[in-house]
Amino acid sequence: MSTTTEIPVPANAEGIGTATSTRGLLKTPILFAVVTLLVLLLVALKSRRGETTFRLAVDTDLFELPEVAVSSTAGTTTMVVLLAVCTAVSAVLVSRGRRTPLWLIAVFSVFAMTGFLCWAAAGEAVPVIGLLGGSIALAVPLVFGALGGVLGERAGVVNIAIDGQLLFGAFAAALIGSMAGSSWGGLVAAMLAGAMVALALGFFTITYFVDQVIVGVVLNVLVIGLTSFLFSQVMAENPQGLNNPPHFSRIPIPLLGEIPVVGPVLFRQTILVYLMYAAVAVVAWALYRTKWGLRVRAVGEHPKAADTVGIKVNRTRYTTLLIGGLIAGAGGATYTLVAVPQFGREMTDGAGYIALAAVIFGRWDPIRATLAALLFGFATNLSGVLSVLGSPVPSQFMLMLPYIVTIVAVAGLVGHSRAPAADGIPYRKD
Amino acid sequence: MNDEVEPKVSDTGTGAPQATEPEPPPPPSLWHTTLRDIASGHAMVAFLSVILAVLVGSVMILATDEQVRSAAGYIGARPSDFFEAVWEAISGAYAALFRGAIYNGEAELFETRIRPLTETLKFSGPLIAAGLGVGLAFRAGLFNIGGRGQMLLAGAAAGWVAVSVELPTVLHLPLAVAAGVLAGALWAGIVGLLKARTGAHEVIVTIMLNYVGFYLVFYALSRQGLLQAPGSGNPKSAAMPESAVLPKLLGDRFNLHFGFVLALVAVALVWWLLNRSALGFRFRAVGENPEAARAAGIDVGRTYTVVMLIAGGLVGLAGVNQVLGTVTSGVTVDLDAGIGFDAITVALLGRSRPLGILAAGLLFGALKSGGFAMSASEGIPVDIVLVVQSLIVLFIAAPPLVRAMFHLPKRGATA
Repeated sequence: MSTTTEIPVPANAEGIGTATSTRGLLKTPILFAVVTLLVLLLVALKSRRGETTFRLAVDTDLFELPEVAVSSTAGTTTMVVLLAVCTAVSAVLVSRGRRTPLWLIAVFSVFAMTGFLCWAAAGEAVPVIGLLGGSIALAVPLVFGALGGVLGERAGVVNIAIDGQLLFGAFAAALIGSMAGSSWGGLVAAMLAGAMVALALGFFTITYFVDQVIVGVVLNVLVIGLTSFLFSQVMAENPQGLNNPPHFSRIPIPLLGEIPVVGPVLFRQTILVYLMYAAVAVVAWALYRTKWGLRVRAVGEHPKAADTVGIKVNRTRYTTLLIGGLIAGAGGATYTLVAVPQFGREMTDGAGYIALAAVIFGRWDPIRATLAALLFGFATNLSGVLSVLGSPVPSQFMLMLPYIVTIVAVAGLVGHSRAPAADGIPYRKD
Repeated sequence: MNDEVEPKVSDTGTGAPQATEPEPPPPPSLWHTTLRDIASGHAMVAFLSVILAVLVGSVMILATDEQVRSAAGYIGARPSDFFEAVWEAISGAYAALFRGAIYNGEAELFETRIRPLTETLKFSGPLIAAGLGVGLAFRAGLFNIGGRGQMLLAGAAAGWVAVSVELPTVLHLPLAVAAGVLAGALWAGIVGLLKARTGAHEVIVTIMLNYVGFYLVFYALSRQGLLQAPGSGNPKSAAMPESAVLPKLLGDRFNLHFGFVLALVAVALVWWLLNRSALGFRFRAVGENPEAARAAGIDVGRTYTVVMLIAGGLVGLAGVNQVLGTVTSGVTVDLDAGIGFDAITVALLGRSRPLGILAAGLLFGALKSGGFAMSASEGIPVDIVLVVQSLIVLFIAAPPLVRAMFHLPKRGATA
């Protein structure tokens, strides 16, 4: 499918090294240069007057950091210079045949974002804490969904049904949470609902060898139909008793929550966010550092070999898929057990597909996929924050941003991503 | 049909470039017998799948029906009440479905009686066109989830030509249709081009372009001078002028319009393309095995671009169908009405073959038309149709499961 012939390499903790030609490596500096030019164009074409203020603290902080105010033009120009430096560094690295490291991409993104904010929010105050904290909250279902997806695909089962898992999880959390009068009950129900979708996916793909993509898409439609049907037939009859779960409230963590900037962003969240941190760590550890993880990856890369050494391929696929379902289902609970505790028709709005994009964008690695999901959360929240501040860019274009960023990243940074070798292929023992 | 090769969708999924290693499980034996199975007993399995799906749908209707539930409360005392309620709920639902989809025997006038059938055909038109777009991409090994974005762009382009150009019908209508098809083609072409040039996965890019297209069209619809109706504050275009509207096929009393004919033409074209043309052969070769196709001298990247262009044009035709035929009151961001996603199930049910897609599109059109009637007269949410549709596809895709459930003999399979 690619223009260069690729030889599958065994997956390892470092992710997958694919395109090694200079042509492939050149993409990153070229992309950097384009972004630098774009930010430069912003200042050059539509210079903005006034100062941009970055508010780094919230009122409840123990130690309040002062606000940082910079002149809009000066701030953006500084960032353009820094962006140019990053581009140069990347170009030098590539000319020596090395790839651009992930940290440089991260630093570059932060500079680009700061430059853009300096320009877009001229004369306004940017609530940095709200911007970052809100991003995490928005990214929670995506991270859970992406983790579930990574698990399934590492074991060789393509999971397009993440959206169905999220939606069914959200529905179950609202219904059972209301009936039991407990948000924990709702969470457990959501996880089981996610696992039920996973079970259906496994039943058709592993046991009956039906194409995984087909089953995934169809399960999504099925869950939309099922939840919408039950929503209007059952929930709508008695919304007070059946669609009114108690919700999780924010739990500030004592000491950690007081760290400037980091505290309010990371450690004054709901229990679901803390569970998310734990889930990311556990999945990454289990996948790369345990015997179980090795088996899962073996089954996803070379099921025949795994079978030969006595690993039960299909059983491993089932269990991994089910664990992934539990995790993705928990992500669904964020829709109905936080903020507005209420289920609505098709309320995930395709978030599962975004999570799927995060899986591929993150090259089937739990940490990278999490970062990709966070990027989506950030971009979505940024467009919201900027439309409140009254940015000069029409809100529709701001809302488009996360999706364009993904396309650019997938085309430019990731390029030929390589799935686990046996991803999507049913295993038949003869 | 039997001599055709099964579209291999599994290679697209999220599994990027195909592994070059020899495939671990030797697929021929069982795969081929399964294939023969499907071919020989497909009609039976399809029929039973529909029955099964309808059964599950019935259970859902019953489980949520008030009368049935209350009668179930005293089933021990008066079981006849329970069965009466069951019969009423089920027969009421399916009679309404039939009345809404095929023939309404209760109506006075003959016109009103056959009206449901014309509605079914009207709903089928865009489903068939978009289904062809998804199915064609499947045949080349690409998964086009971008139906929504392609329809939106196509609808917006067609609508723009319709409201901003003044021409006689002979020129105006073809021009508007062509603009829509072209816009859909280009929007999907981006995907093919990116896949060919950079290896960007088409599943991600099509999903992302759905959102980008949505906001792009939304922007155009909320800007005066672009697409927004003059003097209006709503994100909606002006109504389509007479000269750019697809003509009604059966006079003004029926909604069935020329878009259905266009969809039929598209079926014929795609059939010819896939089965009789060199280009179609290349599509299928790439879909079967891109590495082998490359070795045989086919430019795989170019094939991806071309197939996405054509697929997008077909999905675009569905968008045109909506804007210039079904909802002529103006372009909105809801113009795709879920068809972009329904098209995937249509293509799957039709096994990515033009005639199969035609049949699947007609079936889903009937379910859609009937579903609305069922919801209006029996109060059963129209979502039940989604459940039944998806179950049909699931069951059809798993013939061994259906056979096992009905205790049918296994056909030839010995594994």
